[in-house]
Parts: sequence; C-alpha cells; structure tokens
Amino acid sequence: MNLQEAKFEYLLRLGDSSLIIGHRLSEWCGHGPILEEDIALTNIALDFVGNATELLNYAAQVEGKERNEDDLAFMRDEREYRNLLITEQPNCDYANTIARQFLFDTYMFFLYEELKSSQDKTIAAIATKTHKEVTYHLRHTTEWMYRLGDGTAESHERLQNGINDLWMFTSEMFDMDEVDTLLIKEGIAPDLNKVKAGWEKRVKEVLAEATIEIPTTLFKQKGSREGKHSEHLGFLLAEMQYVHRAHPGAKW
Amino acid sequence: MEDQKQIEAFETKIASGVKIEPKDWMPEAYRKQLIRMMSQHAHSEIVGMLPEGNWITRAPSLRRKAILLAKVQDEAGHGLYLYSATETLGIDRTELLEQLHSGKAKYSSIFNYPTLTWADIGAIGWLVDGAAIMNQTALARGSYGPYSRAMVRICKEESFHNRQGYEIMMHLSQGTEEQKAMAQDAFNRWWWPSIMMLGPSDDQSPNSDQLMRWKVKMESNDAIRQRFIDRTVPQADFIGLKVPDKDMKFNEATGHYEHGPINWEEFFDVIKGNGPCNAKRLKDRKEADIKGRWVREAAMAYANKRMKEKEVA
Amino acid sequence: MNDTQLPVWEVFIQANPGIAHKHAGNVHAADAEMALQNARDVYSRRNEGISIWVVPAAAITASSPEDQGAFFEPSNDKPYRHPTFYKIPEGVKYL
Repeated sequence: MNLQEAKFEYLLRLGDSSLIIGHRLSEWCGHGPILEEDIALTNIALDFVGNATELLNYAAQVEGKERNEDDLAFMRDEREYRNLLITEQPNCDYANTIARQFLFDTYMFFLYEELKSSQDKTIAAIATKTHKEVTYHLRHTTEWMYRLGDGTAESHERLQNGINDLWMFTSEMFDMDEVDTLLIKEGIAPDLNKVKAGWEKRVKEVLAEATIEIPTTLFKQKGSREGKHSEHLGFLLAEMQYVHRAHPGAKW
Repeated sequence: MEDQKQIEAFETKIASGVKIEPKDWMPEAYRKQLIRMMSQHAHSEIVGMLPEGNWITRAPSLRRKAILLAKVQDEAGHGLYLYSATETLGIDRTELLEQLHSGKAKYSSIFNYPTLTWADIGAIGWLVDGAAIMNQTALARGSYGPYSRAMVRICKEESFHNRQGYEIMMHLSQGTEEQKAMAQDAFNRWWWPSIMMLGPSDDQSPNSDQLMRWKVKMESNDAIRQRFIDRTVPQADFIGLKVPDKDMKFNEATGHYEHGPINWEEFFDVIKGNGPCNAKRLKDRKEADIKGRWVREAAMAYANKRMKEKEVA
Repeated sequence: MNDTQLPVWEVFIQANPGIAHKHAGNVHAADAEMALQNARDVYSRRNEGISIWVVPAAAITASSPEDQGAFFEPSNDKPYRHPTFYKIPEGVKYL
C-alpha cells in the first residue's frame, strides 16, 4: 500500500462515517420528540452531510480516477463502505439515538482535534471547520445525556439500555492498521490511542454525571475497516442509492 | 356584549394601518378567526414536512440531500414561528397540537397527496411553495402584528424553497427521457392540487367582507390564484412542461390566463379527510407526539431537580 | 405528570457587536441551556447573530395598553430632555 492509497482509504473512513450517521439523523426529520429538537437534529444531520461531501470530494481527488463525491456515495456497495459500525445502527428510540450520537460525537471531537494539525493541508482545513461543529454537537448530546439519564425512571432505563446496546461497537473506533501506521508516520493522521484516552475520560465523566453505568460487555464488534458491516447498512444504502442508480449518468 | 365604540376604534386603527398587538383590545370574532387561520397555517408547515421528508433519505445527490434537509428544517422553523405567534392570542401549543391530533384543526389540503417520485420534490418547491409565497406575501400586510412579522420572516426564508424546486424541474426537463417523463408526471399530479390549495373560489368563500375589512384576509382567493397562474404558466413553458389543462389559454385582451373548470368536489373531499394520505399524515404526527412524550417528561423532571438543588444551595 | 410542550422562553439576538439585543421570537424548552441551544438552532440558521439571551417568558412583566396614557404621555411635554431643545450659537464646537 502506498501513501496515496492509504490516504484514499482513510478519507473514506472519515467521510463514510459522517455520511451514514448523518443519514440516520436525517430519518428523525419530521418525527422528533418536540419541534425544537426536530430542528436541532436536522441541523446536526446537515453538518454531517456537509462534512461527508467535503471528505468524499477530497477522497475522489486523491484517488484520481475521475470519480466525484456522488460516485463514491451512491455507487459503492456495502463491502466498499468504511463507516464505523456504530454509525449505521438504527435510531430505535430517542434515548438510543442520543446514546449513539454521544459516543460517536465524543470520538469525533477528540479525533478532529488531532486532525486540525494534520500535515495534509486539506484535511487540516476540513478538520478545523468540522471541529467547531462537533463541539456544538457534543454539547447538545451531552446535555441530553444528563436530562435522560437523570430525568425520569423511564428515561433512565431507556438510556441505560441504549448505552448497553451500543457499547460493543465502541472499541473498533480505536482499531489501527497499516493505513494508520503509514499516515501517522507522515503526520497526516493521529495515533488513535491518544484519541482513546480523551474519549474514555470524557465518556466516564459524562456517564457518571448522567447516573448511567458503564457496561461490562467484553464482547466486541469490529469489521468496518474491511467493509464488514451489520445487516443494517445494506438496507440503508438500498434506500439512499436507488434513485441515483436507477438513472445511470443522469444529472440532478 | 362588545361595545360598538370599541369595535369602531378597532376598525379605525386597522384602516389607518396600525398593527394590532397581543394585549390590545380585539373583537372575539377577530381573535377566533386568527387562531383558526394561524394554527391551520402552523399545522400545514409541520404536516408539510412529511411528504418532502420522505425523500431526504433517497435524494439522488449529496447536494440535493443537503438542500432538501435545509428546506424541510426551515418548514419546522416556520411552524414554530407560527405556533409562537398563535400563542400570543392566549392559547398554548399543547392545546393547538391536541386540536391537530384530534382532527378538530385543519391543515392545507395539499399535503394529503403522496410524493411518488423525486420529481415531486421539484414540483412541491416550485408549485406548492410558489402558491404559498403568493398567499403569504399578502398576509404579511395583515393587521395582526405577530402574524404579520412571522410572515415577513417566513417569506424572506422561503424564496430559496421556490427556486430550488424550479431548479430540480429544470434539470429533469433537460435530462434523460425518463427524467423528462418524471417531471411531466409530477407536474400533472401537482398542478391542480396547487391551484386548489389557494382556497375555494370567491363565491363559495363565506364572510370574506369582514375579514378583508379587519385585514385578516388581504386578497380574495381567486385574485391570488389568478396571479399564481399568470406567473407559473410561462415558467412551465420555459422548461418545456405542458400544463395539464386542455382549456388553458391566454386572453390577449385581459392579459391573463384562463383555466378550465376546477374539481372542487375533490378539494372538499380531501379537506374532509378523504385524501390519499390524510390518515397516514395524522398517524405520523400523533406517533411522533406519543413517542416524544417521555422525552419531554424527562427534560422537565431533570430541570425541576436542578431547580430544587439551586434552591437548597 | 401532565404532558406539555415545555415552558416558553423569549429569545433576544444581537446581530453585530455594539448594537442592542433585539427580540427575535420564542422557543419552548425545559431549562436554560436547552432554551439557548434551541434559540441558536431556530433563530440563527442563517448567521443572524453573535450573541443570544433567553429569558423565561413567565419572568417578563409587560405594561398594558391601558397604561399608555399614564406611562408615556407625561414625557410628551418635556422636550427639554432632548438635546435639540437647546439653541447653541453657531461656531461653538463639541457640545
């Protein structure tokens, strides 16, 4: 694997995660628990879709095979997608969504903080913009973690269930392979152990304040680095891609 | 009994262009009519999110996905502004939503039609938002301060909705044969409902006189409809779409387009709840409300706990 | 517990540095932080502001239209409160 290939792969990992979690959030549009929250969730979804567009656009440039961001988003199959497993998990109830967003937002917050100083200027620029957005997302989801965790007995139970269900998808966020090793050496990507330290500390603090227990699940799901996903992704992509694929070469 | 003098003073104020504000005296009929109209408008924005929201997850490009998300989000915002404005008349949002969910309050008939293809998103932005803007620009000059201010803000934000819809239709019309057919089909299905959504014709619209005098209604339905048709037909011609009305013709003498007969039976039928999607739309809204209930309760419970802690400290 | 749409908070937005916060509308929220975030999401989707205040609507006391005479008319006959009331000879500076 050369540097170009590693960078393309890495950009897909970042871009796909944003695209897929943005897609999940956009499913809430029109169905939120209160009008104001409907607007807030859509705002966050928009940030993710915007971020994904920039990253996939850059990925296509790096690849240099005359593909664009839409080709990458709409013409790749499940096995070619590199999003983290946690991002494709369905919305379930609102507590589950908040749990997923919180675990992922915290990851993104620490990851993009590191990416701001990437030696790749384009990645650094995207990360600088995105980090501001993520800071807000994290503030939003953290407040909801407190409200649901320490709200009513029902909301507490729902949130605890959400965290329990999703916990097994968190460890793969910090897995590293050849791609990471190559990019770390070039100062393009950060060592995920550093991101992990920040993530663990913050998650512990917030869960404690939200009166939520840290799950003891030892069972860990992984595979997104090789495009091995949960069954949910196929359905999501079928929905997302069908219009685009039904009209090959059409402009929209 | 309302004092005749109060009514006269109220009407003089309106005639001279002064806005009525929430704490000002107003006839009960004025308040009731405004609550009915404004809440109907607010509900329309919220229910209107559903047919378009349908397509967010299927938008054919990333750019279109972002635009559609932003547009549907704006509609939530507009619903919110309108509920706020309605609340100034002494009714709260909880009650307004109950009226929607029980079927007591109405919303625009147009949102009871299904969005079947991507071209429907173009047709809605172009036609439905186009018709709505026409109506709202008039309402921005209305007499009730909070409603008029909400309308100004909404009109400002909505001009992009209309344009993005037309842009979608333009791209489709210049696209592949399938895309062209998709655009024409969507136009065929949305044209008549868009014309109807501007309300029954003037001879079937009761108590318009008083509402016009009170500047609750600014223009007759037929006048707004005529303006909408006059502006839209040339836009359709420009991108090669055929208006699905065999009687449509331009009258050189009046400078207006003349349309064929409108199927008012269908309109009243949809209003009554018999449209293709009435049941589905209401079910979706009620479900969101029921699923949101424990969330709202948790938020209040948490806020109350924190408040108590503060009091102790 | 009664289901509600949460309490109302009035929103004031400062559009640019140096000018006053202006009433923008309101939002429903359970607590101050939620009100602040909702106000941001609802009223500054198009970069309308640099600073936001939220105030519980219940904490605002407003004058009523009947107070208009007693509250505001007395100042109508006190033009000496306005700088233009005073005649200053031409040529005098910095006044």
